[in-house]
Amino acid sequence: MEKYRIDPSKGLEFGIYTLGDHIPDPLTGERISAEQRIHEIIELAKLAEQAGIDFFSVGESHQEYFATQAHSVVLSAIAQATEKIKISSSATIISTSDPVRVYEDFATIDLISKGRTEIIAGRASRVGLYDLLGYNLRDYEELFEEKFELLLKINEERIVNWSGQFRAPLRNAEVIPRPQNGSLPIWRAVGGPPASAIKAGYAGVPMFLANLGGPATSFKFSVDAYREAARQNGFDPSELPISTAGFFYVAETTQQAQKEVYPHVNQGMKLINGRGYPKQQFAQSSDTRDVMNVGSPQQIIEKILYQHELFGHQRYIGQMDFGGVPFDKLMKNIELIGNEILPAIKKYTAKK
Amino acid sequence: MKIVLLSGSKVGSKTRTAMDYTKKAITEKYPNAQTSLIDLAEYDVEFSDGRNYLEYEGDTGYVTKTIMEADAIIIGTPIFQASIPATLKNIFDLLPVNALQHKVASILVTAGSSKHYLIAENQLKPILGYMKAQIVQTYVFVEEQDFHRKEITNDDVLFRIDRLIEDTVVLTETYTKIREEKEAAYGF
Repeated sequence: MEKYRIDPSKGLEFGIYTLGDHIPDPLTGERISAEQRIHEIIELAKLAEQAGIDFFSVGESHQEYFATQAHSVVLSAIAQATEKIKISSSATIISTSDPVRVYEDFATIDLISKGRTEIIAGRASRVGLYDLLGYNLRDYEELFEEKFELLLKINEERIVNWSGQFRAPLRNAEVIPRPQNGSLPIWRAVGGPPASAIKAGYAGVPMFLANLGGPATSFKFSVDAYREAARQNGFDPSELPISTAGFFYVAETTQQAQKEVYPHVNQGMKLINGRGYPKQQFAQSSDTRDVMNVGSPQQIIEKILYQHELFGHQRYIGQMDFGGVPFDKLMKNIELIGNEILPAIKKYTAKK
Repeated sequence: MKIVLLSGSKVGSKTRTAMDYTKKAITEKYPNAQTSLIDLAEYDVEFSDGRNYLEYEGDTGYVTKTIMEADAIIIGTPIFQASIPATLKNIFDLLPVNALQHKVASILVTAGSSKHYLIAENQLKPILGYMKAQIVQTYVFVEEQDFHRKEITNDDVLFRIDRLIEDTVVLTETYTKIREEKEAAYGF
């Protein structure tokens, strides 16, 4: 765990992530400027740090309704604006990027942040960037596998010799600058069925498991499959951290939390994926056994502890700004996390 | 209420003829319903390549978005090689999982042989069910002999189409009302 800068004695890490979506507030129909959205994301990271939150990350999506295409640039601003909080991408689409450039960027952010930077590499659930950046969607799987492998190799080896299908070969290449501690924690983003989790386990890399909604036990299959694949390929699963990621929203009562966030989640899904979030499914999510962390502070604490018992994961990160949630509501969320949720979670999950 | 009539083939004219009558009958009986007829013979639709439907442009984007915005879809299809045409299956492949949730789907089949009667039952309904449509169980099956020079000449067929339209509208209104009441009860 040390390699990935995780200290189990401190208990479950708690983080906030944003996809950098830029969606009109469904209640007013108005959309803030991209400038304001980016500044609010940076401000949110600062507030998260002040509240004692462990981790903050920003994703890239290259299409309408997003503002952080250049997520590494936003992250470098966050690195400058904060002092303690861990920062990361969520995710970097390595398939359509040059791993050398990505590593240069994130190693630099790591130096700016003085050793707080990580990379979560993903395959993209929205594939608009393939056309934009000139890649063929038919290479979806192979582009990711090859470039992710190269990214890991650059992280492990100072002098890189490599050749592949999608990039010019590297001969005795030195990718610099190096991060503060020699290497970065690099995670594989995993969603959907266990197949992707198995690939992460097989490669022995930490797993970031996205789960939007549904019974938490459904995601247990991916967690178990990941650890089993790692074990079979000679890795020690107890050395490999797992993080989960999903919707988060807290208010005084569960009913109020649902009422405040549902219009945002529904509109966000509708604009980005073309289908809203069915209200019936959202209603079920208030059950402790559902993986979506929307509710009162007490309800969320119960959910996160239940998930922790089930998954034995090392970090949970919540997405609470999806679908144009106004900034005053985000500030209120951060306040409730810092005052009520974090102390309880740390108390019950820290290993004494 | 938005009703989309989807004529699912590029071949022949019987399905289009039946869909033209259906559209005319809806407009007369339900003038407030917004109807649009998509005849796949008139559109250049790409094969599904795994993208989200919002990311298609041109005709493909138009057809998929129009269907996704509908409250009810009346699918008109011929039967080819004992199955639905590839053009129609491609539309389903272009749409996301659960695409027809909260939508009513009804079926009108044209065929060259009465032996094809159960194909909609055995092949089309399972697809619509998987995509979560509320299916109007009774469908209209029209044969070659019911047409003459691009008109339906069998009154029985016309009556059955009228009933299909009525069932589609009634079920759409009913399911919408039930859903709205249920969703209001959630209190968020």
